[in-house]
Amino acid sequence: MASTLTGSGAADWKPEDIDTDEMVLNMGPQHPSTHGVLRIELKTDGEVVKAARPHIGYLHRCFEKHAESVDYPGVIPYTDRMDYVASMGNSLGYALAVEKLLGIETGPYVSTIRVIMAELQRIASHCVAVGTYGMDIGAFTPFLHLLRDREKILDLFEWTCGARLLYNYNWVGGVSHDVPEGFVKACRQFLREYDAITIPELMDLLIGNKIFIKRTAGVGVCPVDLAISYDLTGPNLRGSGLPRDLRKDHPYCGYDRFEFTVPVGKGEFGPVGSCFDRNWVRCIEMAESSKIIHQALDALEKMERADVHEKVPKRVKPAKGEVYARSEAPRGQLGYYIVADGTGVNPYRVKVKSPCFTAMSVFHVLAKGMMIADIIALIGSLDVVLGEIDR
Amino acid sequence: MDAKAIHERLSARFGERVTGVNLETASPFAVVATDAIVEVAGFCKSDPDLAFDNLMCLAGVDYPKETPPRMEVVYHLLSYRHTHTFALKVHLPRESPSVPTVEGIWGVANWHEREAWDMLGIVFTGHSDPRRILLPDDWIGHPLRKDWQDPDFYNGMHVKPTAQMAERAMGGEKIGVGPFDFTPPNRHVEH
Repeated sequence: MASTLTGSGAADWKPEDIDTDEMVLNMGPQHPSTHGVLRIELKTDGEVVKAARPHIGYLHRCFEKHAESVDYPGVIPYTDRMDYVASMGNSLGYALAVEKLLGIETGPYVSTIRVIMAELQRIASHCVAVGTYGMDIGAFTPFLHLLRDREKILDLFEWTCGARLLYNYNWVGGVSHDVPEGFVKACRQFLREYDAITIPELMDLLIGNKIFIKRTAGVGVCPVDLAISYDLTGPNLRGSGLPRDLRKDHPYCGYDRFEFTVPVGKGEFGPVGSCFDRNWVRCIEMAESSKIIHQALDALEKMERADVHEKVPKRVKPAKGEVYARSEAPRGQLGYYIVADGTGVNPYRVKVKSPCFTAMSVFHVLAKGMMIADIIALIGSLDVVLGEIDR
Repeated sequence: MDAKAIHERLSARFGERVTGVNLETASPFAVVATDAIVEVAGFCKSDPDLAFDNLMCLAGVDYPKETPPRMEVVYHLLSYRHTHTFALKVHLPRESPSVPTVEGIWGVANWHEREAWDMLGIVFTGHSDPRRILLPDDWIGHPLRKDWQDPDFYNGMHVKPTAQMAERAMGGEKIGVGPFDFTPPNRHVEH
């Protein structure tokens, strides 16, 4: 077993080794179920996948090189464009990293706004993840219902900061805009509908659906030691049964003030760590995020309005040093390794540990021996966004 | 364990081969001798008190202005059992950066190391799949090096306009065809 936990396996076959009854099949980069521009080379024997080799880089936009040529706040729009389905989480992680480098601590008002936005974004992101996953394996309706709710969240974002997808919202030391007058009420209104209608509907229509269970439970099982070895994080790791969530373990932005539970895959319908568990965890997390937002809105109401730009530094120029900061983005632990050389206003080096990148790196291990149709179920359940893999 | 205790445990086990510790910075690290990295990493994972079962991040960094010029590979480790973190570093000579691979210890190192090779040209000896990962296979050079210059052409396409092209275009000549048409930005405002 130990040998399958590490090692590549991706390089162990060449086109000239293909048997006569085997075929190499290219899936992507324009395949609708690869969630972006991902190409997978599949060595197939009939319907069975003997080996898989993912090719990434089609969406590479030199994020790390760009980051070295602009100043610290200038990197934030680029971070938005990495995981474009969950931009708030990306810029929050970056802002936290630079704040750690500078030694800034934002006030409770700004932190609470950040929590609200991050959790709304988590709901929106999981809406896309679960919705498109359902569509991948043949359930069209949940996608429409979830996108409807995501749209309402995007409306809230647009109302707050003017953008619907790429927000440039979390600044170093603050946020770009205070929440507008009436935001709390509108947000509550949305959450009421969401809690009362969308979540039960989703659990009934999709997660509890017999076809969905048959299609996902027991497929793409990732044991927990494999998940740790390949650095799966977020819902993927929790789906494998390990209750690790940075919001609980190393709270940032005052997450320790809020009550919520960390769902882990229980393997109700098959082995723990299957596609079903990963999606089930996502759905429960959506409900938990709603709980956090309710509490954060209550907290926000009790607070006096503060200047959200109060701690924003005029000029970001950290002393020589380096930091590795993590945050719990919707897709897992997002890490920024930032090196400051102490002389310039540009970061010396920004390396992003993308949760999707590491989730994709375990793909060839999980894909071995699956059916081609299950490959679709596997890619969707890992919930990768290619913008973040390629950066 | 805190960073100090982790470093003490490492230096008690490896002595001279773990040096250059910095516990003051936001993310404490220790510098490890290049040839000992696999051994140290293996110890970090297997030792029950350290139990670094997770490699959070592996980053290469280029420092051409240091004396001597060097490259660094930084391993950020996390223990899920003890929830403590630490970082290991290796210093590599910049003209021939090469370090043994740790993919046998953490599976995720495979792709991170491919990325470090792709972007910075750091060779990971013993790597099972030493291909480029983000850039095309026929790309020449390693762009995250600090002395990187963009090439003029990639597969016959202009990557950046040359000075002569810019001059001719400024003189009103049409340069390039179709999607590769090059017009300098300040010509667009002449109405």
